[in-house]
Parts: sequence; C-alpha cells; structure tokens
Amino acid sequence: MDNFLPIQILLFIFLLFAASRVVLRVKEGNISFGFFLFWFSLWILAGFAIINPGSTSFLAKQIGIGRGTDAVIYASLVLLFYLLFRTNVIIENLKHEITKLTTEIAIKEKKEDENTSDN
Amino acid sequence: MKRLIIALPAFNEEKVITSVLQQIKKTIQKLSDLDCEIVVVNDCSTDKTAQIVRQNKVTLLNHKINRGLGGSLATAFVYAQSKKADCLVTMDSDGQHDPQDLLNVINPIINAQVDVVIGTRKLRQMPFDRQIINGASSFLTFLFFGVWCSDTQSGFRAFGKKAINLIQLKTQRMEVSSEFFSEIARSKLVFREVGIKVIYTKYSRSKGQSNLNAFSVLLKLFMRLFR
Repeated sequence: MDNFLPIQILLFIFLLFAASRVVLRVKEGNISFGFFLFWFSLWILAGFAIINPGSTSFLAKQIGIGRGTDAVIYASLVLLFYLLFRTNVIIENLKHEITKLTTEIAIKEKKEDENTSDN
Repeated sequence: MKRLIIALPAFNEEKVITSVLQQIKKTIQKLSDLDCEIVVVNDCSTDKTAQIVRQNKVTLLNHKINRGLGGSLATAFVYAQSKKADCLVTMDSDGQHDPQDLLNVINPIINAQVDVVIGTRKLRQMPFDRQIINGASSFLTFLFFGVWCSDTQSGFRAFGKKAINLIQLKTQRMEVSSEFFSEIARSKLVFREVGIKVIYTKYSRSKGQSNLNAFSVLLKLFMRLFR
C-alpha cells in the first residue's frame, strides 16, 4: 500500500463499494444477470486500471492517445453519454407502458358503464 | 352500414367542448349512411370537461392520469379497434377544426381510395411562427421517415380499417403528429392530403403546441430512431 497514492486508495475503496452494491442488487433480484455482469466487469476493470495505471498507458498507445488518463476519460465520457441515452429510452418505454395501462383502464371502465346501463 | 368514429382528445376544454360537440353532431346528421360515434378522450382534465361531455351524451373515455396528446390518440385507436370501426377521424377539441370539413376528410377512406387522410392547413392561414415550426417539422419528418406532407402537425386526420389496425403509437405528447408518418412509412400505408379550413382563436392558440416545445419534440423523435 505504501506505493499507492491517496487518490488511488480512495478510488479503489469507492469501486469496492460500487461492486458490492451490484452484488447486493443481483442477490435481491433487482437487476438481471446481464446487467450484473456489465456493471461488475466495469468496476473490476476500473479497479485494475487504478492499481496498474501503466496498463491504461499501454492501451492508450495502442489506440493513438498520448496518456492513459486521457484514454480513460474519453472512454468514460462516451460510456456515460451512451448510458444516459439508454436510460432515456428506458424511461420512454416505461411511459409507453403506463399509457397502455391508462388506455386499458379507460376502455374497461367504458365497457363496465355500458354493462351497468344495459342492466 | 360502415362505422365511423370521431375521436377528440381533450384536456381542460370546458370552455369550448360543448360548442365543438354540437357542431360535430349537426354535421354528422348529414351522414345518414354511416353509423357515427363521437368519442372524447378526456386526458385527466382538472376542470369540468368530463362532466360536460357526459351531459352531451357522447362516448367518454377517461384517462386516470394525464398521458398527453399521443396517449389520448393511442386510446382512440385501441377503442376504434375494439369497435371494429371502418373509419377513425381525429380532431382537435379546441374548436380549431371546422366539422364541415369532415366529409372531405372521410370521403377518400369511405371510397377505399387511401388508408390515411391528413387534413392540411394552408400555410398562409397560419400565424407566421407556426409557418416556421410547421415547415421545419415537415422537413424533419421527411428527413427522418422519408414521407413528405405539407402539414405534419395537423390534428385533423382520418384512418381506414387497415390503418386503424396497423398503426401503433408509442410517443406520449405532441411528437405523435410526426410519429403518424413513421407509422405510415413502416406499414406502407397510402395517404392523401386534403385541404381544410382552420379557425385560429386566442383560445386555440393558447391550447396548441408551444413554440418552445419544438426542441423537445425533435429530441424525442430523434431518440425514436435509435431505440
């Protein structure tokens, strides 16, 4: 631990916490296995990059970026925007499901009214 | 006898709904060869819209929560499917549309010439800001979905049986007007534009789509492409 910078230790602790939340959520059945695999792998990879900063520099050179830190920031931004987009799509789909339910209730009530007035 | 459903999505329209319904009733008296039903989709109005609609003795479909124009039109489509309607007409409930145009709009459907009719407003009938918004909407709808219509935002439309069964609306709010064209393209429906009269009042303008909303509508349409 003597070789680690304080920021590396702090980030690693945070990543352990984040990974533990993912494990807890999958145990509770709140997230799917695919979702667990994605987030758990992400946190493990991030943890690996924090412990071995050199690995990101190697990767950065392969793809033509000067510093490993820059490569991580670029990749994080792209991932963040994509996840934001996916979240928006999920919200839109949920809204659609709510509308379907509202429609069904409205038509069901109308039919019940008709049946009541027929009787 | 062919069954025609005239659907009006309504949200807080207590001031005008009676007069709109009376005018439509008067017009459909002339359509004696059709089995006509007027349906108001009350989108969780907070005023007396539902009560007034009941007094007017037309079909009322009540949304328990507000789902927007798209949600209300989706309800109208599901209802038309359940009633096995031959033709579904959608009209605004703010008095902007002239029921006298009903016949022009439904004729190509009744005569089985097309699947969808869009009642288009002439550009010069619209206020200048609406001309800009409508022009941009038409261009973007063409760009996104490859279907050209001079007035994509018009709420006066008619749909034949094939369209009623094939169109699946997913958007919730004003973006539904453009979504119709993605559905027309997806289901390869034949559509025609028919000129209609439009009555702009201070009231109808206050009820319509706000100009600032155009950006949000555009963003949601864009998102639909990448879903």
